[in-house]
Amino acid sequence: MSQNETHVLPLKIYLLIFAVLLVMTGVTVQVAYVDLGFMNTVVALGIACFKASLVVLYFMHLRYSSSLPKLFWVAGLLWLAMLITFAMSDYLTRQWIEQPQGWARNRGISIEQVAKQ
Amino acid sequence: MSALTGEDAPPQAPRQHYLNVTYGVRSWLLTLDHKRIGLLYLASITVFFLLGGMFAVMIRAELVTPAGDLLQAETYNKMFTMHGLVMVFFFLIPSIPAALGNFLIPLMIGARDLAFPRLNLLSWYVFIVGGLFTLFAVVQGGVDTGWTFYTPYSSTYSNSAVAATAVGVFITGFSSVLTGLNFIVTIHKMRAPGLTWFRLPLFVWAHYATSLIMVLGTPVLTAAVVLVALEHLLGIGIFDPKLGGDPVLFQHLFWFYSHPAVYIMILPSMGVVSEVISCFSRKRIFGYKVIAFSSLAIAVLGFLVWGHHMFVSGQSVYAGMIFSFLSFFVAIPSAIKVFNWTATLYKGSISYDTPMMYAMGFIGLFTIGGLTGLFLASLAVDVHVHDTYFVVAHFHYIMVGGALMGYMAAIHFWWPKISGRMYPEGWGRFSALVIFIGFNLTFFPQFILGYLGMPRRYHAYPDEFQVLNVMSTAGATILGVGYLIPLIYLIWSMRYGPRAGSNPWKAKGLEWETTSPPPTENFLTTPLVTEEAYAYAAPDVEEQEGARVG
Repeated sequence: MSQNETHVLPLKIYLLIFAVLLVMTGVTVQVAYVDLGFMNTVVALGIACFKASLVVLYFMHLRYSSSLPKLFWVAGLLWLAMLITFAMSDYLTRQWIEQPQGWARNRGISIEQVAKQ
Repeated sequence: MSALTGEDAPPQAPRQHYLNVTYGVRSWLLTLDHKRIGLLYLASITVFFLLGGMFAVMIRAELVTPAGDLLQAETYNKMFTMHGLVMVFFFLIPSIPAALGNFLIPLMIGARDLAFPRLNLLSWYVFIVGGLFTLFAVVQGGVDTGWTFYTPYSSTYSNSAVAATAVGVFITGFSSVLTGLNFIVTIHKMRAPGLTWFRLPLFVWAHYATSLIMVLGTPVLTAAVVLVALEHLLGIGIFDPKLGGDPVLFQHLFWFYSHPAVYIMILPSMGVVSEVISCFSRKRIFGYKVIAFSSLAIAVLGFLVWGHHMFVSGQSVYAGMIFSFLSFFVAIPSAIKVFNWTATLYKGSISYDTPMMYAMGFIGLFTIGGLTGLFLASLAVDVHVHDTYFVVAHFHYIMVGGALMGYMAAIHFWWPKISGRMYPEGWGRFSALVIFIGFNLTFFPQFILGYLGMPRRYHAYPDEFQVLNVMSTAGATILGVGYLIPLIYLIWSMRYGPRAGSNPWKAKGLEWETTSPPPTENFLTTPLVTEEAYAYAAPDVEEQEGARVG
């Protein structure tokens, strides 16, 4: 407990992390202009998680904390993964079922013929 | 009054306690005492409960006749929306945790306060500000989206005070997170010496699980509300198909929080029932560790079932299968609890004081609510009963029959500790009975209505449904009276009730070892815990039980 409270980081580290955060922001913007298909979202979210982790680890001193706060940090990331995974179980499997083509086409007759009847 | 509460010498109140240590509005509004903040919450949620109840009265009054004659369709939509919003976000979610959890957790773990008293007070103010925004929305003309805020009702086609309400829900979420965080840190760090994890009362375990849901789930609801606002203000395509978005995504984000929110409502009640059943059976709880872990299992599994709200939304049927399967899974820890409570009763020395009556009501009603949940979790059956009164009946059995019964049990069980005085036991039992009868008369007919095909959220219905609807409204009237009786006698008892003494129920637990009402610092000396929770086989209790049997 006491070692968490007394831990002081040199200013240099804070400035370094700040610089990394700025650079990664620039990268996010640049990557947005490159067409990576569905990977655009993955890359953007990956960079965002990396930046958030830097803030949590250094600015919020998690790196120098006991294991309990770290456990909660991991839980937070795990819950985000659960949200994305189970939501994607919907989006990625929607195409698996063949869309109904309409009974007319299944019988080899066109819509126009049906309309005539 | 039962033999349990009888004492030889009339108990005296301590000379100074948390209620009389300071006086005046300022001493309450700026208090850092968790017990006083708990009472601030208790008063506020009671006001919201009455408000939500008034909306319910309007709904039930409209549904007495098949024609939409009392309220116009738009007004009716606003009534059920405001009823749901107020009851869920401003009564049920904060009910047991923020009012009674706040009051009891430090007492139960032998601490002087929560870990962050200022944060605790802040959470109450945040809650009130959120509540005021929602009340402002009522004054603005109400909101008609349903409490679920589904897009595009809440975005493209919103035509009521959605913005003010959404801001209210957004703000209130922070209050929930602050309370949850406070509980987690307090339970980890501030337990009395000797109070190991497996000696904690199950009420504390239940609140730990609840706090995890609050901290891990609430931010997603907040984010969903922000995304609706961003789409509305900046035209970013998130939920609107015209802009490349997907309206079903909103339902994913909403239910990621709002399904676990059901467990925020029910888990604390389960904790209460564990305490009450054990005390009024004079028995150690059956399967302590399993009940403790089943709370955590519910908290985790509860996050993996949200898609069962979306079987007919256009969600992929494969995702539906996964969510259906996992929903059946969550029944296991719930059933474990019910069986363990029943096993605790076995060969117990049972007395039917008011809290016990509510706890017994909880077990029966929660079981019905839980089992009908399995109907709804089945993909094919859900298509038939989705958005009918069957769903309405199901979740009211959980939220009113479960969560609210637990809340009433808790209020009566710990009222002597909170106020230092006893409530009138006869009136207590009478109102518990009235509530049980009124509740079943209100909601059981709705199962039948729903199964017959009456959809929810309409102000008019075909003539053949009238008899069941009149029964339901009659039950709601009885239920309303049942809630007013305790309100009156509890307020009465604050001044005129007989002194309770520190432990009127001869219950186990640290909160009963200090005076009633407790001093501001809870314990004059730090308690030392040397035994497990619910050690009801202690010699003095055995002696008393022997005397009663003899």
